[in-house]
Amino acid sequence: MNLDFGQILPSLPFIIQGILVTLRFTVLSALLGFTLGTLLSLLKISSIKPLRWFAEFYTSIFRGTPLILQLALVYFATPQLIGYRISPIEAGVFTFSLNSAAYSSETIRAGIMAVDKGQREASMSLGVAYRPMMLDIILPQAFKNILPALVNETIALLKDSALVSTIGALDLMRRAQVVAGQTFLYFEPLIVVGVIYYVMVMGLTQAAQVLERRMRRSD
Amino acid sequence: MIRIEHLVKSFGPLEVLRDISTQVDTGEVVAIIGPSGSGKSTLLRCINLLEVPTAGHIFIDSIDITSPKCDILKVRQNVGMVFQHFNLFPHKTVLSNLTYAPMKVRGLSKADAGKIALDLLAKVGMSEKADQYPSRLSGGQKQRVAIARALAMEPDVMLFDEPTSALDPEMVKEVLDVMKALVKTGITMCIVTHEMGFAREVADRVLFLDGGYLVEDAPPDVFFSAPKSDRAQQFLEKVL
Repeated sequence: MNLDFGQILPSLPFIIQGILVTLRFTVLSALLGFTLGTLLSLLKISSIKPLRWFAEFYTSIFRGTPLILQLALVYFATPQLIGYRISPIEAGVFTFSLNSAAYSSETIRAGIMAVDKGQREASMSLGVAYRPMMLDIILPQAFKNILPALVNETIALLKDSALVSTIGALDLMRRAQVVAGQTFLYFEPLIVVGVIYYVMVMGLTQAAQVLERRMRRSD
Repeated sequence: MIRIEHLVKSFGPLEVLRDISTQVDTGEVVAIIGPSGSGKSTLLRCINLLEVPTAGHIFIDSIDITSPKCDILKVRQNVGMVFQHFNLFPHKTVLSNLTYAPMKVRGLSKADAGKIALDLLAKVGMSEKADQYPSRLSGGQKQRVAIARALAMEPDVMLFDEPTSALDPEMVKEVLDVMKALVKTGITMCIVTHEMGFAREVADRVLFLDGGYLVEDAPPDVFFSAPKSDRAQQFLEKVL
């Protein structure tokens, strides 16, 4: 074993810049994904059948095919289809948001269903309309219950974001491969990036715990 | 004034309310009693459209709330409801439980809604709990807050769905006392209850339901001392 981290030291700033790319990518995908997932979950509990069908069909497509295939399809097929040269980051955020929405919509639906129906009835009896009832009464309670599951989903997004390296986005993973290509060292850059991913996930877990404690204030 | 005409409610093949007609005058207090499964709660829940009637009409102040053109939200703003299981908003403080709907639905300012809320909390003896979350309250306290929350919308009619059934015995009185005070304000009240003593004391009229039929509709003195129907006699023998 002859590990030589000194050799990749000059490339460290290059690798570290990838943190921002990966983080921005994850945050954007999570925010868009959860927003879309919430809308989908509302369709799934709607009393209008076609809306329910649409949401279920949508979920089945994104859960039923590999994420990397969806990513390749969006990135390579979009220019061919509509003539727009989509950037790797755009393609990544777009695909991951749609994909994450499919998964989180199921979690959010379960969260909404788990809120006591008396909450809905109390809101209705006070003359509160559907939208404010959902936004102010039902969803806050639903999200509190499913926070651990949403944190899981975000962690999965953060790690799966390494897939965008396959379409050339300069994220952490891709940068490790670039450095490996330049220095002919594979072990060191991959280990460095692995540690960075791990630290990021730990940070996310900690942040989620703080958030959960704050949300449990009312218990 | 509430007028109910030939009200029918079915859940699938199950007929829960069969051809109910009655009237509740402004300021009247009506107790709805009967065995479980007789349709009491369903009748009450039809009055603010938490259940949509299958047939028949309900008029509140001459507005037909069963008409498809009727603005249900508007009706509900004017009809407060108190639930067996309180249904307070657990993620909001006692004060925000009271101010939420007045601000959101009636568009009151935070200051105005807060003033009404604190006033009501004082009336139900819950002022010092204004900043607590519901999980910190006892059942009786929760129900008093729930009554105040419904009153914060300044409704003309109050519906009570077994308000003391989920309470420990020693907490029943504090809730009934609040309701008795409310009776004196002259608000129209419909109360589904198993508290026969309370019904006898405060109600102007008793509606006795059995098997979805309105079997008796009489002043409490008449109903409790000389019920006309066999079914009511049997019921009273069991509960009194």
